[in-house]
Amino acid sequence: MRHLLSVDDLSVQDMERVFSLSDHFTEVSQRPIPKVPALRGKTVAMMFFEDSTRTRLSFEAAARRLSADVMCFSVSTSAVSKGESLRDTVATLSAMGTHAMVVRHRSAGVPQQVAAWSDVSVVNAGDGWHEHPTQALLDCYTIRDRLGTVADRHIVILGDVKHSRVARSCVKAFVALDAKVTLVAPATLLPPAVETWPVDVSFELDSVLSDCDVVYGLRVQTERQTQALLPSLREYTAQWGLTVQRANCLGVGALVMHPGPVNRGVEIAPEVLDRPNTVLNEQVRHGVSIRMAVLYLLLGAEGAES
Amino acid sequence: MAERERRRTPPYGGVFVARTRVMQEEDIKRATWRMAHEIMERNHGSDQVVIVGLQTGGVWLAEDIAAVMVEIAGSGCSLPCGTLDVAFYRDDISLRPLLPEAPTHIPVNLDGQVVVIVDDVLYTGRTIRAALDALNSYGRPRAVQLAVMVDRGHRELPIRPDFVGKNLPTRQDEMVNATRQGVDIGEVCK
Repeated sequence: MRHLLSVDDLSVQDMERVFSLSDHFTEVSQRPIPKVPALRGKTVAMMFFEDSTRTRLSFEAAARRLSADVMCFSVSTSAVSKGESLRDTVATLSAMGTHAMVVRHRSAGVPQQVAAWSDVSVVNAGDGWHEHPTQALLDCYTIRDRLGTVADRHIVILGDVKHSRVARSCVKAFVALDAKVTLVAPATLLPPAVETWPVDVSFELDSVLSDCDVVYGLRVQTERQTQALLPSLREYTAQWGLTVQRANCLGVGALVMHPGPVNRGVEIAPEVLDRPNTVLNEQVRHGVSIRMAVLYLLLGAEGAES
Repeated sequence: MAERERRRTPPYGGVFVARTRVMQEEDIKRATWRMAHEIMERNHGSDQVVIVGLQTGGVWLAEDIAAVMVEIAGSGCSLPCGTLDVAFYRDDISLRPLLPEAPTHIPVNLDGQVVVIVDDVLYTGRTIRAALDALNSYGRPRAVQLAVMVDRGHRELPIRPDFVGKNLPTRQDEMVNATRQGVDIGEVCK
């Protein structure tokens, strides 16, 4: 594995390898000194052209726990704000001797372009509406950890699927691992050509809740919505929000997941967020292990399959 | 099998072909028995001793040594026995493919304990160096000792075993395979 740009780059075997490596790194994170020298001397550049809390910090923590050096970059404090082009920024960071670039950008396809320009490993940390592969991996890992397996689980993805890169990556990963996926969303927030996706679509939230294993809530991405797709947030919550009443209809042991950040009280009611089967914090914790595994596979165990 | 030898055998390399059996199953049992006694003698019993087997080759020997020590000390004694995978600590991580094989499990905090590292074959000493590094992440042991079933020589680092099942002079192109069933010396055929 050279780059991680899309879930399509991963075979089921690759995913299983990431998960079993993550088991090792979860153990590493529980040690009194949670750090291994596996990537000593490697440099990872964090290129976040778009805001992020958990993904950036999670990648940083992952790189540091593997003893890699981290170069951080943000648009507002770099020469990008003076108008330096993406290509020149990439060339500059390559010239400084980085071994991997973690790229997030508001436009789809930027990580692929960066990978074509430079000869270092590139990890897609979210590009526009397109993909967010490490998020999909950590979600599968969380389901695997809680429910034993992803296969044959019924996963409901609820909310703004249209603008969600997380949903696109998750659907690919869930389906690859043989889960059954149902999208539930207002018609205006369904992606174009949804009929070509390997999923079911439903507009009846209450009826699908009783027989699902996981409800995966998505954030209402007001910053990406250019048209009036929703009448109001209050109406959205009434029709599509995971309220206490709806959460009570869930089966015993059914998980509530969300990629974060949550609009408290919009997609998920605050009381539901505090329940033991709401696993948002586990997702974040597993995110560090998954990203350690990805960085280790890209930088430390090159050619391990040969 | 020592790490360097493992990489030459499947799934990484060729097939191990045994030429001579140098220790029989009974010899392994006697050597295990003797090493367990030596460990107890050196440490005046088994108090504050932790046995740590290196994944994957050293685990069976660690389990056997710990079982004998419990037998000697009496059934009331509890002897912590853990496992350690050193893949993330090796100095040749960038030179060749390296994936951890089995989980690390250290059951107790190692501060102030005497840790006995157990492996099947001692060769260059690089695995042991990595293991010493790895142990640092779990605390500060009072002492670290090393028990191996076979010492085949050719050390590349200043490392020496405390308890040895058998000293076995070998050529560098030979390979040693040590299991509960016996120790074989042979070659790897591609």
